[in-house]
Amino acid sequence: MTGYLIRRLFESALILLGITFVTFVLLYLVPADPARQIAGRAATAATVANIRDQLGLNDPLFIQYFRYLSNLFQGDLGRSYMQRAEVSSLIASRLPASLLLMVSAIVTELIIGLTIGIVAALRRNKPVDHTLMIFSFISISAPQFVIGILLLYVFAVQLGWFPIGGYGTFAHLVLPSITLGLLGAGWYSRMMRSSMIEVLGQDFVRTARAKGLSKLRIIIRHVMPNAILPIIAMIGIDIGLFMSGIVVVESVFGWPGIGQLAWQAIQRVDIPVIMGVTMVSATAIVLGNLLADLVTPLIDPRIKTK
Amino acid sequence: MLSELLRRPRAAFGLVIIVAMVLCAIFAPWIMPQDPFEQSFDGLDLMGGPLPPGGEYLLGTDLLGRDLASRLILGTRTSLTIGVLANGVAVMLGAAVGITAGYFGGWTAAILMRFTDLMMAFPALLLAIVLAAIFQPSLLIVALVIAMVNWVQMSRVIYTETRSLVERDFIQVQRSIGSNPIRILIKHLLPHLLSSIIVFGTLGISTTVLLEATLSFLGVGVQPPMPSWGNIIFENQTYFSTAPWLVFFPGLLIVLLALAFNLVGDALRDILDPTLKGRHG
Repeated sequence: MTGYLIRRLFESALILLGITFVTFVLLYLVPADPARQIAGRAATAATVANIRDQLGLNDPLFIQYFRYLSNLFQGDLGRSYMQRAEVSSLIASRLPASLLLMVSAIVTELIIGLTIGIVAALRRNKPVDHTLMIFSFISISAPQFVIGILLLYVFAVQLGWFPIGGYGTFAHLVLPSITLGLLGAGWYSRMMRSSMIEVLGQDFVRTARAKGLSKLRIIIRHVMPNAILPIIAMIGIDIGLFMSGIVVVESVFGWPGIGQLAWQAIQRVDIPVIMGVTMVSATAIVLGNLLADLVTPLIDPRIKTK
Repeated sequence: MLSELLRRPRAAFGLVIIVAMVLCAIFAPWIMPQDPFEQSFDGLDLMGGPLPPGGEYLLGTDLLGRDLASRLILGTRTSLTIGVLANGVAVMLGAAVGITAGYFGGWTAAILMRFTDLMMAFPALLLAIVLAAIFQPSLLIVALVIAMVNWVQMSRVIYTETRSLVERDFIQVQRSIGSNPIRILIKHLLPHLLSSIIVFGTLGISTTVLLEATLSFLGVGVQPPMPSWGNIIFENQTYFSTAPWLVFFPGLLIVLLALAFNLVGDALRDILDPTLKGRHG
């Protein structure tokens, strides 16, 4: 296990290094000139050249890259071109809002997804099952911006139950969490359904039934814990979905997290900020996958770690 | 295969939607009730706002007084073209990488699969947005950007399957008698991988359609005035509280098309290979 852990940590570090390189090369190719953006339209060519020089944009790509890497190892993500602030402090100020939204979305998707999966499995091939599965198909087929805008229209504009976007209270959190969590809820409901059906067909369930245990007790004590385990491991993998989702959801709801920060940075070609958010997201995804890989063998010892 | 699909109600529903949308896309110029680009004064109310559905404009008009129904019909072309094109490239690239890595193993596999790990760790949407910002988005560029983000999953599926096929006797025999690797790949491996390619290729169109809509909604996908369902919502989103039809109808079409490919793909998985299990379970 320890050897496996060390190998996986090493691999994760390599992947992150690869991501810094790919992102750096990609952003180097962006045609817009950051110096021109900072100086403004009215600036003279000399001013722009001066800014380019100050930012080190005239150096060859690999020198810029190694400067970036050595700063990164010291925990320095650089300074924003557009805002007078360190990228790390910009991200740190935005991260709590995104984390809150993601945790709340995980809770939402598990509640909706597991409930639907359990009910559908217990009513297998009945009308309830078919209806729920159609719902889960729709939730994985609906883009988040459409869900978000429609939820805003119905529950904020028409019914007035929730605020029209923004951040601050529990009421602000509800619609964005549902929007972000619905996609995962669709996947989880289908996985939970098949997982439940598989467990329901196993010998120990038959034994429990033969012992005369009540149906409810069998389901709660014997079936559900076994059916949920393989699904818990998937939460780590969800982080990738969330990292894409928050860009859209935060922009629809005006949620002040790193998704919105990334989106604003992309529109203003604020390269250090784009790099910073990409690195933070990629790190989260890599850690999530690592967590999933480490949790799986703990949950199910039959899965061997090589 | 078609008759098996039609026997399943969900898949049959999906097929009907797909056929209807394809027909819409092909015959768009003949079935559009109005000119989708014409900004007419008749298309706006007295306050200069868009017209609600009903009357002369079947589904209402947008902020510039253009006929929404006509723009949606033309948008079908955009979505399907990008969906099929982007997914086609992603499938070919993914399958090529997966087969190569699976067949040759060793260093080739290590390098290719570490690269797919790297791609998997990228936040997909951020990557697509950055790529779209680098190149001026045209229909082809948007399709290629989506393909670059979406080929990874296919390559992993094909890699795993190729690995287990390569161990089997009929491939080992071909290898030991010194058959040309390209010939083995095409004549002996590909036929066994076809069902996965079909299943994940179909499901992939749904992902592609959603990504195109999202990029266009963010303004970095298909550029107006060329209509796409995503950019129709992008152009009109600030007025969604007074003109909800401008979000509702394009949104409905996006969901229907993505749903249709998901339903058909899911049924194909059941029909072609019951042992295949993705995240879907």
